[in-house]
Amino acid sequence: MAKTFTKPESMKDVRTHYCPGCGHGIIHRLICEVIDELGVREGTVAVAPVGCAVLAYDYWDFDTAEAAHGRTPAVATGIKRVLPDRLVFTYQGDGDLAAIGTAEIIHTGNRGENISVIFVNNGVYGMTGGQMAPTTLLGQTTATSQFTRRAEKEGYPLKIMEMMAVLPGVVYLERTSVYSPREVFNAKKAIKRSFQLQLERKGFSMVEVISPCPTYWGLTPFKAMKRIEEEVVKEYPLGVIKE
Amino acid sequence: MFNMMKYLSTGNEACGEGAVRAGCRFYAGYPITPQNELTAYMSRRMEEEGGTFIQAESELAAVSMVFGASLVGAWAMTSSSSPGISLKQEGISYLVGAELPAVIVNVMRGGPGLGNIAPAQGDYFQSTKGGGHGDYHIIVTAPASVQEMFDFTYDAFCLADKYRVPVMILADGMLGQMMEPLEFDENIKPCPVIPKPWALTGAKGREAQSIKSLLLGTGKTSLEEHNKKLQKKYKEIEDKEVSVEMYKVDDAEKIVVAYGSTSRITRACVERLRKTGEKVGLVRPMALWPFPYKEIRKLAEKGLKFLVVEMSAGQMVEDVRLAVQDDRMVSFYGRMGGGVPTEAAILEKIKEL
Repeated sequence: MAKTFTKPESMKDVRTHYCPGCGHGIIHRLICEVIDELGVREGTVAVAPVGCAVLAYDYWDFDTAEAAHGRTPAVATGIKRVLPDRLVFTYQGDGDLAAIGTAEIIHTGNRGENISVIFVNNGVYGMTGGQMAPTTLLGQTTATSQFTRRAEKEGYPLKIMEMMAVLPGVVYLERTSVYSPREVFNAKKAIKRSFQLQLERKGFSMVEVISPCPTYWGLTPFKAMKRIEEEVVKEYPLGVIKE
Repeated sequence: MFNMMKYLSTGNEACGEGAVRAGCRFYAGYPITPQNELTAYMSRRMEEEGGTFIQAESELAAVSMVFGASLVGAWAMTSSSSPGISLKQEGISYLVGAELPAVIVNVMRGGPGLGNIAPAQGDYFQSTKGGGHGDYHIIVTAPASVQEMFDFTYDAFCLADKYRVPVMILADGMLGQMMEPLEFDENIKPCPVIPKPWALTGAKGREAQSIKSLLLGTGKTSLEEHNKKLQKKYKEIEDKEVSVEMYKVDDAEKIVVAYGSTSRITRACVERLRKTGEKVGLVRPMALWPFPYKEIRKLAEKGLKFLVVEMSAGQMVEDVRLAVQDDRMVSFYGRMGGGVPTEAAILEKIKEL
C-alpha cells in the first residue's frame, strides 16, 4: 500500500503545545520538510525566540538554541560566524523581532549576515496573553489596547519587511501566509528559497509568514484564517518584497 | 622553549593579547570609554588570527553574539565599561542559565548613570553578587597591573571552560589606560582544549541537542534541580579558586584590604609604614568571587584591625565584615565618582586604626 502521509525526519513525533488553529505547527512542519529536502538536518543550527515558539526545540529534530528576547539574530550571528558552513536560521515572532529585537534584526540584515530569518507575524504577543504588538492592526482590540489600537496613541502597524528592503545587505524578502493550501505551498517555497540562498552564501534573507492566533483574536480557527485573507493581507500584502 | 618578550602596553591592549594567546577567536564589543583600546586592539588581532571581530549594534547584541559563538564551542569574549556592563547583564544571566563559558571584561568607570569616565570600583556588588536576574555567581578576578591584565585574561578562558561559567575581569579605567611593561612567553600555549560534547555543531552522528535556559519541567528536569546543580558548581569554585595575595601579613598588627588599582596605592602605604617599623600588611584579593573569607577570618582570629580601601562608597568592605564577624575591627575609606584615594589619605586612616 502506498504511504500517503508521513512526518518529516526533522520533526519529532510529539504533540505540540500550540492552541487549536495556530499557525506555528504548520510553519514548523514546512521548515522540517525543506530541511529534509535539502538534506541538511545534520548541519543545521536553529535559534528559537522568546514567545509561543520558544519550545520549538521540543518539536524539531536538529540542533536548536534559545536566545534572550529579541537577541535571536545576534545569537545566530555568533553561531554562523564560527560555523559558516552550517544552515543557521532564526524563528521569531513579531514581538521578538519587530519590538524588542528591532535593532538586532536591522543590523543583522545590514551586516548581510548569511543567515535565514523566519518571521512569524500574528499581530499579537501570544505567549504572554495577547497583548498589542507593533504589528497589531489599527482598530484591533487586545489585552493592552482595550479601546482598540489607535494611530494617534499607539502608532501604526510596523512593516519590518518594507524597512529591511532598503538595506543593501539583504538579498531576499518575501511575505507569505498559511491561510489556504496555496499560501502554505508558497510559504514553503519561500522558506526553501531562503535556505538555498544561504547555502549558496548569498547573504541575509527573511521570510515573513502571516499566521493566525485564533485564541487572542477571539475567533474560531476557520474565521481566523478568513481574517488574514480578507483583512490582514490588506495591511501586509503578500509576495516577494525584495530579490 | 621560552622566548620571553617585553612590551610597553596599555592594560586594555594587554588584556586583548592575553585573550588572543589563550585561544580567543571571537570578540564582539561596542564602544565605551575607558575600554576603547581593547575593542580597537581586538578588531586588528582577531583579523590577524583568522578569528571574528564584530562591532555590535549594542552591548545587548554583543553579549548575545558571544552567547552564540560560545554555544557552538568557540572561545569568546566581550568587554565594556560600567554602563555597558549593566546592559550585558541580560546576556550574562542567559550564559549562566545555559552553562556557557565566556569572558567579560569590565573596565569600570564612575557611576551611577552615565557617571564619568574616571576609574572607579562601584561595580563590585554587581559583579560579585550575581549582577543579572536569578540565583547565580560568576567568577570575578581583579588584576592590579598591566601584566595581570594579560595574565588574568589568559587564565579567565581556562577557568570559563573548566566550569562552564562566565568569568569577569574586573578592572578600572586606570588599569585599562595606563602603560607598563608587559612580559610573556612568545611560545605560550593556548588554554587546554576541553572537549565540548554539548556544543551545537549540527546533529551529525548523534541525537539533536538544544541549549536553553528555559526549564519548565518537573522532578529531575525542574529549574530547581538545575539551580541545585549550579550551586554545587559554585561550591566547588569556592573550594578551589580563591586567589589572594597576602603581603607582609605574618607579623602584621594592622591589615589593609584592597584590590585592583587601589591595592597599588595601598601597597605603597604599607611599604612606607614598614620603613618606619610599623607592622602593616596588605590583603589583596585577586579573585573577588570566590572571596577569601577563610584567609581573612584567620587574620581576624589574631585580633588584627582591618582597613578596607576602595574607589566606592564601601562594597567589598561588606565581605570583609562577613569574614571578620566583628564590625568594630573593620574600618573603611573610600572615594566615589572617579575619585582616587591618595597615599596621604590612606596613611592617615591606617594610623587611626
